[in-house]
Amino acid sequence: MAEWVEACAAEDIEAEDLIRFDHGDFTYAIYRSPNDRFYCTDGLCTHEQVHLADGLVMDNIIECPKHNGRFDYRTGKARGAPACVDLNVYPTKVENGRVFIQI
Amino acid sequence: MLRQRDYSLLGKDGERAVEMGLAAADWYLSEVPRSELKSLMRRSDRIAIRDTLLWLGGLILFAGIGIALWPSIWSAPFWLAYGVLYGSAGDSRWHEAGHGTAFSTQWMNEVVYQLGSFMMMRNPTAWRWSHIRHHTDTIIVGRDPEIAVMRPPDAIRICLNLLAIPNAVQSFTRMGYHVTGRLHPEEATYVPEQEWNKVILESRIWCVIYALTIAATLWWSTLLPLMVIGLPSIYGAWHHILTGVLQHAALAEDVLDHRLNTRTFYTNPITRFVYWNMNYHVEHHMFPMVPYHALPRLHALIRDDLPEPDKSMWHAYRQVLPVLIRQLRGEDVFLVRELPDSAQPYRAELHNMI
Repeated sequence: MAEWVEACAAEDIEAEDLIRFDHGDFTYAIYRSPNDRFYCTDGLCTHEQVHLADGLVMDNIIECPKHNGRFDYRTGKARGAPACVDLNVYPTKVENGRVFIQI
Repeated sequence: MLRQRDYSLLGKDGERAVEMGLAAADWYLSEVPRSELKSLMRRSDRIAIRDTLLWLGGLILFAGIGIALWPSIWSAPFWLAYGVLYGSAGDSRWHEAGHGTAFSTQWMNEVVYQLGSFMMMRNPTAWRWSHIRHHTDTIIVGRDPEIAVMRPPDAIRICLNLLAIPNAVQSFTRMGYHVTGRLHPEEATYVPEQEWNKVILESRIWCVIYALTIAATLWWSTLLPLMVIGLPSIYGAWHHILTGVLQHAALAEDVLDHRLNTRTFYTNPITRFVYWNMNYHVEHHMFPMVPYHALPRLHALIRDDLPEPDKSMWHAYRQVLPVLIRQLRGEDVFLVRELPDSAQPYRAELHNMI
């Protein structure tokens, strides 16, 4: 059964950026888009398990810091080699300035 | 006494690297505040377009003068300049566009990547994956397919490489595999199967281009078509070999800290233009998302955590060549670069195998 988990404050993430969020045995990446919407994906690149939180957000793309693999963080779709396998995405909501993810 | 190494990707040293945790491992990173890093990572179409127009303009200008003066000896300096822009600047453009960091617009990176790959006779798809492995497992024996100077060094191969002859032989051998619908067994270890058809298609297209160039050479009974396409990969390679050898030569193998196995050196503005600032190579390996034009800024930011850069290429070769000669004599030696007092020390637990 999926549950909503409080991850961070909305103001913890700058626009067009992301942060890492660890919960249980998993690590997630939470994004704030240029138009102030929040998204959540797996935290590790599907290519070589590098933390995406050290990468660069460009518009709707997150680029992995190690090999520049690209994903659309809204859908998790792999958009450029060496990323070939999509990321899982998770619903988000913002309540009272706090960001929640459904996992 | 020099330990025998197996640099092939299918050999026992590759298995050893995996067993020792050297494959796809965590590497040392200098500390850079996130806000600074974000600023450094920003790409710029404006800067990359400017530099690409200069590059392409130079190619057209020098080839045009070379053709106009052909076959006079006075055409030679223009072919030399054209060759360097083709067979050496092509390497740095291939490299930067392959990382996707030159332009902010991705299709521009792809166009320059395809062009640079052709100039360097590197299959675009196979080499993209080869370079990814080089960044994952930099100078890890049996894992890194791009180790230019092995132990003991192959002096004849290094000299021939100044004319890119081993590279050309390997390129055409592998093209032979590709046009017949196969990948070389080593390529098959790092190119994912879903990319194999792309490798094969690209090589078949290139074969047609080379065949047309050779046909034009024969038809018009002049070497000019090959002087423009194909041969500059050979007569213009020397600059990228001289700079490229310095990236890792005579430094440590099988370590997880780019400060130990990668070299930064200072050099003149012309070389930096041809090489697109890859003389800041430690910085590039630590933070491959930082575009070429931001590497001097990154260098200034982390230089206190890095070994002192070599003052020039000449200075670097004066350190490298004696070590390579000792390796040729069978000694298992390499350079350990001293860190300034301000730097985080090398982490012995990462390198207890050297």
